[in-house]
Amino acid sequence: MNENEKYFELKNLTKNFGGLRAVDNLSFSMEKNMVTGLIGPNGAGKTTTFNLISGFLQPEAGKIYFKNRDITGLPPHEVAKLGIARTFQDLRLFNKLTTLENVLLGMQDRRGESLWEAVTGGRRVNQSVKKDLERGMNLLDLVGLCDKAEELVENLAYGEQKLLALARLLASDADLLMLDEPTSGLPLGTVDEMLQLIRNLVKQGKTTLVIEHNMEAVMGISDWIIVLNFGGIIASGRPEQIQKNEDVIKIYLGL
Amino acid sequence: MEYIFYILIMVNTYIVLAVSLNLLLGFTGLISIAHAGFMAIGAYTTTIFLVRYGINFFLTIPLGILMAVAISALIAFPSLRVKGEHYIIASFGFQIIIYSILLNWVSLTRGPFGFAAIPRPTIFGYVFSTYFSYFIMSSVVMLACVAFCWHLSKSPFGLILKAIREDEISIAAAGKNVTYYKVVVFITGCAIAAVAGSLYAGVISFIDPFCFTVHDSIFILAVVIIGGTGNIAGSMVGAFVLITLPEILKFLQVSETVAGPLRQMIYGALLVLFMRFRPQGLLPEYKKR
Repeated sequence: MNENEKYFELKNLTKNFGGLRAVDNLSFSMEKNMVTGLIGPNGAGKTTTFNLISGFLQPEAGKIYFKNRDITGLPPHEVAKLGIARTFQDLRLFNKLTTLENVLLGMQDRRGESLWEAVTGGRRVNQSVKKDLERGMNLLDLVGLCDKAEELVENLAYGEQKLLALARLLASDADLLMLDEPTSGLPLGTVDEMLQLIRNLVKQGKTTLVIEHNMEAVMGISDWIIVLNFGGIIASGRPEQIQKNEDVIKIYLGL
Repeated sequence: MEYIFYILIMVNTYIVLAVSLNLLLGFTGLISIAHAGFMAIGAYTTTIFLVRYGINFFLTIPLGILMAVAISALIAFPSLRVKGEHYIIASFGFQIIIYSILLNWVSLTRGPFGFAAIPRPTIFGYVFSTYFSYFIMSSVVMLACVAFCWHLSKSPFGLILKAIREDEISIAAAGKNVTYYKVVVFITGCAIAAVAGSLYAGVISFIDPFCFTVHDSIFILAVVIIGGTGNIAGSMVGAFVLITLPEILKFLQVSETVAGPLRQMIYGALLVLFMRFRPQGLLPEYKKR
């Protein structure tokens, strides 16, 4: 248990945008193999927290530890290489590339990605590329997009694009997954499909941090909920505790 | 007949230039207005070693590549950290700097006088003295460069370049070092442009800094855009069309004083028309489904 507690930890993280304190002395930790829900009103600092963890923003103060390693201030691609992968609220797929190509780009350390291997090529690289294609198709199968593999992403429906974003995330093989509003804008049927996929991730040994506005969804999938307001934590606990918390109810009802 | 082969040699040269710029512009989304400058580095390296030291033409080609790699690496590391639009301006600056150095470092480059009577390439005693033989030789070099770029564009490396063009933030989140890829592809593209410069110097027999101005850089840019960004074959077609098209003026017996400006107007009009009616170029990156 002691070891688990150190899986991921934020310590006194602070980020200002001009005069606005977006994240204020924020500390929390996550246990392995759990789904943690990050909720709070708009502007509470949820996405800023994601950007700080994934290296797109640098904190003014505080530390971020992943598996007991200080990852504060690392550039985004190095954070990703350590096994922390994220999705974006606005998806940020590669729209002029195909569905399959998008999944391939999520994979880490493919052969043929360096100039040298791309030039010298050879059978070993070709075989490895073939394996990547197979794995890419399996991931598309998982989210039900196999028949769209060769389609340009800009031609996909929004719900399909969201599922693809998840497939690209899974391709990374990261074990800490950060999902920014995975169900927003999805038609009802697809919401259930998405939630089922996220639940299955835990079974595969993934740890997940989810930003979500759909309360029913986030209460349903999370083991632990953290409520942010004005960049700080106002409550944390199991979903049933949060639902009864008076401070949280006040914020959400705007009282 | 020999004249036609001369034109085809120019086509080969510009195919090499366009295909290498396409790696930067079409695949990675790096708009560079310095390509004629790197062509000049190849042309001058070949000429200086050939004329001053009598080194064989075919050995000067790798020397030109090395020179372009060294200079583009020097430029790449500071400049490729800046964002898209700023890089266009920076590359414009490199073009001016390279041009000024060629013009003013007289002891090395002979400045505005340039080099005349550059000898024709030889190999094992054979002299490529006719345009026909030079055309065959340049075709081999051109095909090697095209095959190299095509191979790169189809590799996982090439896929990452396209992803950088689409969304730098997203590809960084996917664990790819964007700066590494930009630097590497920039150096590669500039090195291939130097090969084109060597081919050019070997056939034209006279070079001066005015062969490699910003106008030439923009012309190469036009070849890539009209041919089709992100499509290697498009750059080949684009080079063929834009080099041969003005030759029609010769058959119409237009005097040379009129033909020069007219050629510029044709290029300008083509660019405008393509931007308006076919921005994807002659051969688009993806076939319509």
